[in-house]
Amino acid sequence: MRFRLPRKGLPQIAAFVVVLLINFAVSPQFFDIRLQDGRLFGSFIDVFNRGAPVALLSLGMVLVVATRGIDLSVGAVMAIAGAIAATLADTHALPVVLLAALGAGLLCGLWNGILVAVLGIQPIIATLILMVAGRGIAQLITEGRIVTFTSPELARFGGGAILGLPVPVVLTASVLAVAVIAIRGTALGLLIEATGANARASALAGIETRTTTIAVYVWSGFCAALAGIVAAADILGADANNAGLWLELDAILAVVIAGSSLLGGRFSLALAVLGALTIQAMNTGILLAGFRPEFNLVVKAVVVLLVLLAQSPRLSGVAVLLARRPA
Amino acid sequence: MSPSPSPTAATAATPLLAVRGLSKSFAGFPALDGVDVTLRHGEIHALLGENGAGKSTFIKAITGVVTRDAGTVTLDGAPVAPRSADEALKAGIATVYQEVNLLPNLTVAQNLFLGRQPTRFGLVREVEMRRRSIALLRDFDLDIDVGAPLGDYSVAVQHLVAIARAVDMSARILILDEPTASLDAHEVEILFRVMRNLAGKGLGILFVTHFLDQVYAITDRITVLRNGRLVGERETAALPRMELIRMMLGRELSEAASEHPAKAATEAAPDAGGAIRFEGFGKAGYVAPFDLALASGQVVGLAGLLGSGRTETARLLFGVESADHGRLTIDGEAVRLASPRDAIRHGFGYCPEERKTEGIVAELTVRENIVLALQARRGALHPLSRREQDAIAQRFITMLDIRPPDPERPIGLLSGGNQQKALLARWLATEPRLLILDEPTRGIDVGAHAEIIRLIRQLCTEGLALVVISSELEEIVSYADRVIVMRDRRQTAVLEGEAVNVTAILQAIAADTPPLAA
Repeated sequence: MRFRLPRKGLPQIAAFVVVLLINFAVSPQFFDIRLQDGRLFGSFIDVFNRGAPVALLSLGMVLVVATRGIDLSVGAVMAIAGAIAATLADTHALPVVLLAALGAGLLCGLWNGILVAVLGIQPIIATLILMVAGRGIAQLITEGRIVTFTSPELARFGGGAILGLPVPVVLTASVLAVAVIAIRGTALGLLIEATGANARASALAGIETRTTTIAVYVWSGFCAALAGIVAAADILGADANNAGLWLELDAILAVVIAGSSLLGGRFSLALAVLGALTIQAMNTGILLAGFRPEFNLVVKAVVVLLVLLAQSPRLSGVAVLLARRPA
Repeated sequence: MSPSPSPTAATAATPLLAVRGLSKSFAGFPALDGVDVTLRHGEIHALLGENGAGKSTFIKAITGVVTRDAGTVTLDGAPVAPRSADEALKAGIATVYQEVNLLPNLTVAQNLFLGRQPTRFGLVREVEMRRRSIALLRDFDLDIDVGAPLGDYSVAVQHLVAIARAVDMSARILILDEPTASLDAHEVEILFRVMRNLAGKGLGILFVTHFLDQVYAITDRITVLRNGRLVGERETAALPRMELIRMMLGRELSEAASEHPAKAATEAAPDAGGAIRFEGFGKAGYVAPFDLALASGQVVGLAGLLGSGRTETARLLFGVESADHGRLTIDGEAVRLASPRDAIRHGFGYCPEERKTEGIVAELTVRENIVLALQARRGALHPLSRREQDAIAQRFITMLDIRPPDPERPIGLLSGGNQQKALLARWLATEPRLLILDEPTRGIDVGAHAEIIRLIRQLCTEGLALVVISSELEEIVSYADRVIVMRDRRQTAVLEGEAVNVTAILQAIAADTPPLAA
């Protein structure tokens, strides 16, 4: 029992470390960290800083996947939240800006949750609706333009620092901590896993599977909105066309790297974040190595394949057999 | 059922299937240890044993689903070593599992010829396929529309189709793994007729079942396994039932189920009304309105054929389906029952018949499965601490003798009987006042069977009210204070006191029964 967590996360931790070491081999300055204007800089810090939006998305996605669902709309929700934040930033107080952007994310999540849990639409289709429509909504908010803002308070969410750490990193770590406490500190985690692994049996055992399912989509919408705010604050503006584009796929990938089954059930919040960071570390490494951009996706695909192979139960079964044969 | 004359003298002397010294371990634990089984031409051979005895592993090991560690398998004297179920089938060993491995959305004909469709110029010859399907099924007395999706037919028909497919693919050995578990008496008769017919043609049939009556009704010989070892191989006719049970359990059993023990002499008049009263309860098109009063310490049995509305009644009682007629009062107070959560709040518990799909959460541990209902009732914000969970799990694992006694094992890895005990534990942990059990002993080995019946009696002496659905009438008679007989989704008789006996129940079920639609 004492060894359960490390053993469970071992392939993921190993993959992350390997990617970091490769980055170090490619660029000896990778682990160099310097303090400038009260904020830490360096490629290593950058992995966490740049990885924050996807890490936030995966914190939402991992629970959705645990209920045997999927949320394709998170990228579009990022765009909506970013658009709202950027549009309001220079005319409204920060709390209003944040409430509006996060509120929009919660509403989007509620919409998805109702489509899935109440109307019984398959998650991939239900969230596809908002994935497509959401970007249109974001464009309506920005009136088709790239909206920029100057509000320093909002800008802090992208470029600021707390105790030397970039705000996005602190924010992600805080959300992870809150989520772990709220989900593993209560029975929510068990109820979500049960719902995902066998919804019928769970309902018969008295679990409110419908409410549980709606709740995870709402949570995913919230996380996506937060990611959208970070992304907008980072570039001091909102581009409804490109904000969060394809990031839903990175988030799903991060969750899969974290060892979650798309068929629902067991999940790990920390490993989902680690998955997102691994993806970002690869992105950073590929940039540092100076590969032509055309190769980036191929390299990433190969690495992802390796990580997934390392987790394949069938492959580890083969490994056990091979190990036993000589005996 | 004497072996039919074989084509050559040589084959008559050599057994059809000879398994010698078969061994298989999983992660160091032997599941099979040097097992010998001999199947002769034209015989129906029962493979018996408790859950965990190694029957499933045996089947998987000889059909190549799992690799064997040691041992030989010879078919008509020639060694075979299939590496997959497909290769086993090509070698002539076909297996039909309890859960039919066919495709319910394809037609009967497509299922029969799946992967070997008659073709011309690469196109499937539909008409030819249908013609051959009809001819094939005629041998099985099965006159059905072969163009309809397989899923439209009963489980019995699906089994027969699976057997027909196997036989048509030139199977010489047919392994039937619990084929009768979800069939009613009439369907079992049809299946037996087919089995006798096939045995008459020289096929060897290995029949795995939990129903001892069926073993005596149809098999020629019996092989008993226990804890992965061979206990013995006997002629069915020469093996008394008590001796068989002794072989299976390795101990003398007081025969809890089949005798009729004096029920704890009809208790001092059940309290006048009954604490839980369903009045005029029903749902249009689902179950006709019925009355049911349950006092603590009472067991009410629900009897009837498959499809008579027993399970439907259970689902109404537990709020899975909402009643549109009638009312429920508990201790005199009217109560709404709109969901299982409502039912659980009022102290109800329900073990459904579909243990795997509606009962266990296979991926979660035994501990998590046991605390699930209690935790759900407390709500997510009032978590049971890990220490409380461990204590609850440990208490019930000890009390119900759940094996292996490891609370951290995924429940999906336990045998059916132990899964059922864990599900009972899930409800007992909520300290219920009414427990609804749908076929609690189905698909469970003899030992666990007796334990669960003992448990039902014990729970009732502790003041629980129980509603138990069972197809095994002797079983119902042994514990029920009252038996409700159902037919066509309505209650047709209520038997109490002296009237609770097998004959009376059978008569009530049979009374005016319209002939079963085929």
